[in-house]
Amino acid sequence: MPDAAAAVQPAFWPLTLMLFLPALVAAFLSLPIIPRGRDETVRWIALGTTAVVFLLSAWICLPWLFGGRGPGQFESGLARMQSVVKLPWIPAFNIEYLLGLDGISMPLVLLTTFLSVLAAAASWPITKHVKAYFVLFLLLETGMLGVFLGLDFFLFYVFWEVMLLPMYFLIGIWGGPRREYAAIKFFLYTLLGSVLMLIAILMLYFTSDVRTLSPEKLLAAHVVSPDLEPAARIAAVEKIRSAPAPIHTFNILALAEIGQSPDSPFATARVWGWSVETLAFLLLLIGFVIKVPVVPVHTWLPDAHVEAPTPISMILAGVLLKLGGYGILRICYPICPGGGLSLAWLVCGLGVVSMVYGAFAALAQKDFKRMVAYSSVSHMGYVMLGLGVWSAVAGTQYAWDAWAQGVNGAMFQMLAHGISSAGMFFMVGVLYDRVHHRNLEEFGGIFARMPVYAGLAVTIFFAGLGLPGLCGFIGEVLVTLSSWKYSQALAVCSAFTVIITAAYILWAIQRVYLGAEYKGPHGDHLEPLSQRELAIAVPLVLLAIVFGVAPQSIFRTVTPTVNRQVEALATWTRQVHDARPALSARGPVADVASTGAQP
Amino acid sequence: MNLGVLLTDLVSDTLNVSLPAFRPEACLAVTVVLLLLCRMLPGARLLHSSWVAFGGVLFAAAYAWADLRSLPGSPWQPVSGGAFREELFGGLLVFDGFTAYVRLILTGFLVLYIPFTKLSGIPGREEETDFHVLLLGAVLGMCLMASANHLLMVFMAVEMASVPSYALAGFLKGRKAASEAALKYAVYGAGAAGIMLYGISLLGGVLGSLHLPTMATKLSALLAAGSPGGVTTALMLGGLMLAVGLAFKLSAVPFHFWCPDVFEGAAAEVGAFLSVASKAAAVALAIRLGCGLTAPSGSDAAVLAGLADARSYAAHVIGLLAVLTCTLGNLGAYGQTNMKRMLAYSTIAHAGYLMIGVAAAIALGGAGTAGAAGEGAARDAVAAVAFYLGVYLFMNLAAFAIVALLRNVLRSEEIAAYAGLIQSSPGIVVAMGIVLVSLIGLPPLAGFTAKFLVFASAAQAITLGAEKPLMIVLLAVGGLNTVFSLVYYLRVLALMIFSPPPADRVAEPLPLVSFPGALVTGLVAPVVVFGVFFAGLYACARFAGGFAS
Repeated sequence: MPDAAAAVQPAFWPLTLMLFLPALVAAFLSLPIIPRGRDETVRWIALGTTAVVFLLSAWICLPWLFGGRGPGQFESGLARMQSVVKLPWIPAFNIEYLLGLDGISMPLVLLTTFLSVLAAAASWPITKHVKAYFVLFLLLETGMLGVFLGLDFFLFYVFWEVMLLPMYFLIGIWGGPRREYAAIKFFLYTLLGSVLMLIAILMLYFTSDVRTLSPEKLLAAHVVSPDLEPAARIAAVEKIRSAPAPIHTFNILALAEIGQSPDSPFATARVWGWSVETLAFLLLLIGFVIKVPVVPVHTWLPDAHVEAPTPISMILAGVLLKLGGYGILRICYPICPGGGLSLAWLVCGLGVVSMVYGAFAALAQKDFKRMVAYSSVSHMGYVMLGLGVWSAVAGTQYAWDAWAQGVNGAMFQMLAHGISSAGMFFMVGVLYDRVHHRNLEEFGGIFARMPVYAGLAVTIFFAGLGLPGLCGFIGEVLVTLSSWKYSQALAVCSAFTVIITAAYILWAIQRVYLGAEYKGPHGDHLEPLSQRELAIAVPLVLLAIVFGVAPQSIFRTVTPTVNRQVEALATWTRQVHDARPALSARGPVADVASTGAQP
Repeated sequence: MNLGVLLTDLVSDTLNVSLPAFRPEACLAVTVVLLLLCRMLPGARLLHSSWVAFGGVLFAAAYAWADLRSLPGSPWQPVSGGAFREELFGGLLVFDGFTAYVRLILTGFLVLYIPFTKLSGIPGREEETDFHVLLLGAVLGMCLMASANHLLMVFMAVEMASVPSYALAGFLKGRKAASEAALKYAVYGAGAAGIMLYGISLLGGVLGSLHLPTMATKLSALLAAGSPGGVTTALMLGGLMLAVGLAFKLSAVPFHFWCPDVFEGAAAEVGAFLSVASKAAAVALAIRLGCGLTAPSGSDAAVLAGLADARSYAAHVIGLLAVLTCTLGNLGAYGQTNMKRMLAYSTIAHAGYLMIGVAAAIALGGAGTAGAAGEGAARDAVAAVAFYLGVYLFMNLAAFAIVALLRNVLRSEEIAAYAGLIQSSPGIVVAMGIVLVSLIGLPPLAGFTAKFLVFASAAQAITLGAEKPLMIVLLAVGGLNTVFSLVYYLRVLALMIFSPPPADRVAEPLPLVSFPGALVTGLVAPVVVFGVFFAGLYACARFAGGFAS
């Protein structure tokens, strides 16, 4: 079966291999093949695996690096879903092995594979149970990639959960003194979110009906594979549209098409007076914002970060937080546009509150790593605001370019934060490895002792600050500009946050790197960066500069897809939402759920 | 019709129709007799009774497997029309996909269980004949529970399954806790049986029959005609009393008090039996009674419509029990320090999840007639429960097997004794980890799939508008309970992995490459495989659900 499918779907082997190679190597490592005590071999195997996965992802996503695009590879600048792999998995529930890349997921996949290589390299100081560490690390990579690649909601959910357990153990075994508390807190928060997500998934599944989609949409959503022969394609479409009973689907693209259709069952079906789309949006949003995280469900993050070992902090801040933003962008808004529109104030409000609260909290921290963790809360607030303003303008005008600006800014902010936060955590980790403390009050004078390190670190911290010319600036400014049209108060708040951000970062730089001399403990261990550490730090710093100077390198890929999605939702607002104002939000409409499933 | 014709008919029906469909049970009965005979004959004493029992059980399982495969409509047969259904022994039993499926689970359980008890060393050589006779007799009763079609048969089957269980609970003769557990179990069981019998007599008295399909038809007519108040009360009371008997077998809150004591007092092997086989049979019986009385298969729309109130009542009773059972089971597990006692509460909680599926199956009973949208919804709900039972077999048997094997090594069943076990027996800890995570219900393990299917049936009931408020509550309670359960399962796992081992531990390691290790691997492998490739098992489960309309 896979062979036959691979003949038709050129992306099958590359994507599948990229996705499952880490898990396969993890399985190999967990077998008693490599004798005990060969830790160095295990490290190199793991690093090699992440490197191969990165090369594979680069081959798929950036074919120009390898001399031109072949079948199955990603073409930048196109809006639609590409490199799609579609195989049946559980036919009884129409669950499919459906993978694909577009302008939203492709950069995040690259970010994941890239940061995984760096984090694997940053794992050299781990000396306890090395084999188990890398087994879990590689499983985590498969989980992260699966979430970004999966286009079937069931598959997405499986990978979303697959990440939890490795992360729990990575924090719980290799973490700091309060690691068990931090690990279970992380697990509980995320599991609560994902259970709510599961309920929303089930509601959407049973309310959906692909028979209502036009043949073009069935093909666009890959419900019927466009790779089929024309005759088979027509037959498949006919079979779906003439089915006697509703055909439910987990296909995220199809759910989005259904959610944006004029007679969307998600808007008419009701549960306790709430339309399914509003309720599902809310449940999904809770699940995703726990991961982002936003205030008030952010409290797991500082604990997890402070206790986690450096490479896991890099992955956590660099990739895991992005999963929340990705989920909101890929799932919440396209599938439940009505819910998104009526709850825009919530998304934007949460974003701004996180931004301001995170910044003030960072200002108050004495622990270096905790400060960086709170800066993540603050920076991810921009992502929330950028995603939220997107639908918010709709009530007054259909200026979709302002929304698009916000979403593009949020996407950029996610990628930039992936680079800068991973960099910041790595820089903190470098210091911690040497002096074994993170107390901001006891640092000072690092510039004199470790000039190369301090130069790189300060650059990364400036990127986090949002200094023009570095990667942090573009996303923040786009989000702030776009939010002006939605709410001037929020725009002012987000602009004001930049000042607090500058305050805590500059103050931290002053306390850690500047000053006459280092007076804290273990001063004699402040050695210059090793080759390995340089090899991790330099790419991060370079990328921070490249993205800051040439944001086009990201926007070229991201913008077409984001703009298409935003434009589709702007059209939806004008044509569908405004035509049925009473139905989109909560209102005293009769309970018509039983008819919702059968149009 | 004279007596001769009647007898000829009876004999031909028994020999040609009933007995061929009764082969697995017959195998079990023959094995029980053989086991007893072996003890008497001088030469046969040398024969280990576990080999005799294992041989008989293999035959029973092979027949059950062959039955499942060969029934019309099964995944191995070409697609056919309506669901296969056949009444055996003059309507006392029913033979359909569900019977075949549950029977395969029960006999398959025995096939895995007897080698496990052989490896774990309980029962000892002297007592094993007694043990196997009781075991096989109880499973025979459970098979009858799954195929009962008559309330008299229901009562007999429940007793036939229960009485040997009481004796098994007290099997560790020297232990005070075991005797206390057995007594407690027996007293509770007797009380529940009495109440159930009273309920049966009330229902039978009002409806004039104990044959389930006949009762359903009469109930429908009675309800449609507007039964007088007193009669309705008697019916509701009878149903409630029947539910009490079921709830005792299911160890549903508030009839669960025997369960933690019995599990703690009895050997882990007996716990495995009660937690897997007994539960599977009780759930199967709940489905038989719930669906059989409120949405009999193959009945017409008028009968189904007349039973709407009965369905609503039954769904609410079972749903309420499910909410209580799930929540209190999970919360009760928090404070436990004994592993078997914790698993007892976990068993209670899982009974709650299963009852969510049963409530959904009952609520969806008439949905197929409402329109095309609800077609097959009840079947899917029963299929979800059946799938859960299939997964539960491996999950819980593996959990108890690990507890029993560790008891042999550590001489303790306290959770605290497992501290730092990863350093001496990493393989067993990984296996236990997989089982515990599957019990939480995290993908990609089978426990998640099972929970997903059960929640899906509740969600489908919500979208179809069948008992919507109840189903919303059940779905929310089920989801929240998954989060509650995380903490206590993970606590065990964390203790085994994060904590340092006690300084005075002298236990030898328990490697995976050994007979016990192979058994554990064999039990855990399906938990992983059915988590990812569950289409096949689900197809069987759907076939099992085929009787529900």
